[in-house]
Amino acid sequence: MVPVLIGTTLLIYLAVFALPGDPIRALGGDKPMPPAVYASLRHHYHLDQPLIVQYGHYLWGLVHGDFGETLNGQSVGDVMKTDWAVTARLGVTAWIFELVVGIALGVWAGRRKGGVVDTLVLSGTTLVIAVPTFVLAYCAQLIFGLKLGWFPTAGTDDGWPYSYLLPGIVLGSASLAYIARLTRTSLVENFRADYVRTAVAKGLTRRRVLVRHTLRNSLIPVVTYLGVDLGHLMAGAIVIEGIFNLPGIGGQIFTAIQIKDGPTVVGIATLLVLVYLFANLVVDLLYGVLDPRIRYE
Amino acid sequence: MSETTEVAATAQTGAVVSGASASLWGDAWRDLCRRVTFWVAVVILAFMGLLAAFPSLFTSAGPNGGCDVRQAKLRPKSWNPFAGGDHPFGTDTHGCDYWAQIVHGTRAPIIVGLLVTGIALVLAITLGSLSGYYGRLLDALLSRITDVFFGLPLLLGALVILTAFPSHGVLTESFVLGLLWWPTMTRLMRGQVLSVRDADYVQAARLLGARDPRIVVRHILPNAVAPVFVYGMLNVGVVIGYEATLDYLGVGLQYPTVSWGLQLSQAQEIFTDFPYLLIYPALFLTATVLSFLLLGDAVRDALDPKLR
Repeated sequence: MVPVLIGTTLLIYLAVFALPGDPIRALGGDKPMPPAVYASLRHHYHLDQPLIVQYGHYLWGLVHGDFGETLNGQSVGDVMKTDWAVTARLGVTAWIFELVVGIALGVWAGRRKGGVVDTLVLSGTTLVIAVPTFVLAYCAQLIFGLKLGWFPTAGTDDGWPYSYLLPGIVLGSASLAYIARLTRTSLVENFRADYVRTAVAKGLTRRRVLVRHTLRNSLIPVVTYLGVDLGHLMAGAIVIEGIFNLPGIGGQIFTAIQIKDGPTVVGIATLLVLVYLFANLVVDLLYGVLDPRIRYE
Repeated sequence: MSETTEVAATAQTGAVVSGASASLWGDAWRDLCRRVTFWVAVVILAFMGLLAAFPSLFTSAGPNGGCDVRQAKLRPKSWNPFAGGDHPFGTDTHGCDYWAQIVHGTRAPIIVGLLVTGIALVLAITLGSLSGYYGRLLDALLSRITDVFFGLPLLLGALVILTAFPSHGVLTESFVLGLLWWPTMTRLMRGQVLSVRDADYVQAARLLGARDPRIVVRHILPNAVAPVFVYGMLNVGVVIGYEATLDYLGVGLQYPTVSWGLQLSQAQEIFTDFPYLLIYPALFLTATVLSFLLLGDAVRDALDPKLR
């Protein structure tokens, strides 16, 4: 995991700092900056040293828990602390929604392959995947927020969970579609297995066969997907936070990219990568718990 | 009676038994022809392809042309676009005919989708087969590189890199996205090559003295490439969706290029009063992505040996 972390942060660092555009000069605004001030600012942010040395400084600070300074002089860590909670709440809402509803829909559809529910779920999920998330977000905002008034349209005034319900549902919708399809396919495949045939031949009820035997095996690919899904949720949060006006780190990183605030971009991106790698690690361990075949290898 | 003995005799001598081809691709094609979703997807994609290739057949205005600001934000007269009138889909904020903009906006997303998938496929097939076949150092190196790319959420990486190129066209955007997209397909190809590499026919070919390039190209590739090909088809739709999101965020294509994502981005502030500005590009975008998804699904079901 550590080489991957170093590799990814180096990639982001290179992408941000090798970019054209001079943010120090932009700090001065319309007035030209005195050369001495310019030089000292560049020295402060280590911009006058070779790229690898800059990266070395950054890694050293990272190991000490210091994410660096934004171009305004604030600590990146402080900036993230206030906004992190908003994004975390959004992510958790989306995650719970997609997990519960996705698996339920997948099980319902997989029980009778080719039935009415199955066809409905398959076509519904294909449609949801086809529509881009931001279009869904605007339509949901218009229909459920403005016209019907069921949810607040934007902002965090109503606190948790009301403000986060609609954004969370929209954010989780694409992943929900994937999870429902994955569960359904996995369930259908497992129904053809020998152990299910044995269980039914033994005279077990359909429900017991489903819950005690098939479900556990079918959920393994879903659990694997959930780790990857966190990355999608974090990326999607960038768009959703903008549309629903939630002050989270998704919006922060987007603004930072626009104004070329390198340290903020790298800081937030590093944090997101850390979370993502950690989630994948947890999924890998969980995989061993769920599937005994992996344990004995 | 004599016919059956004749057929049996032909089969015994190893000649082709008369009838349709019995290869995987031949069977898959026959299966595809029977599916309704396949034909629906093909028709929609053919229409979009026509829009992209020959826009002048559908509208007389050029891209961003014929715009009269005095006629900005005109709503369409009715939901039926064939009802006649100058602007079947209304006009946008600059007064350009919306139908013309949609027609001209077809080319960019489709080209980006096809190019990105093409680049990723080529990289994936070469690197995946080399790494799967030779193994050891090359494989370890490639796996570490793909791991690094996997740690980076795609939208984030695309956002960061594309902001560096302020005015980029279709080619630059496709190149950058292709660079970010190849790891998943390479992993898939590598997995497929690994499962085919130890097959008996590969061993036999090696024993007969075939060199490595011949084994890879003639024996391993045709048997390993089917799932990667299907994934590529599904991928074109996904790339088109991503491209629209990047346009919407402002880091994708820029004016004067026309694309559906850009139209949606222009519509975002006023769509509550003028919903048609959002609905029409969204409809075309969804239809295209949906067709690619349906096509990929149909091809995958047709090629799947377990469903035959």
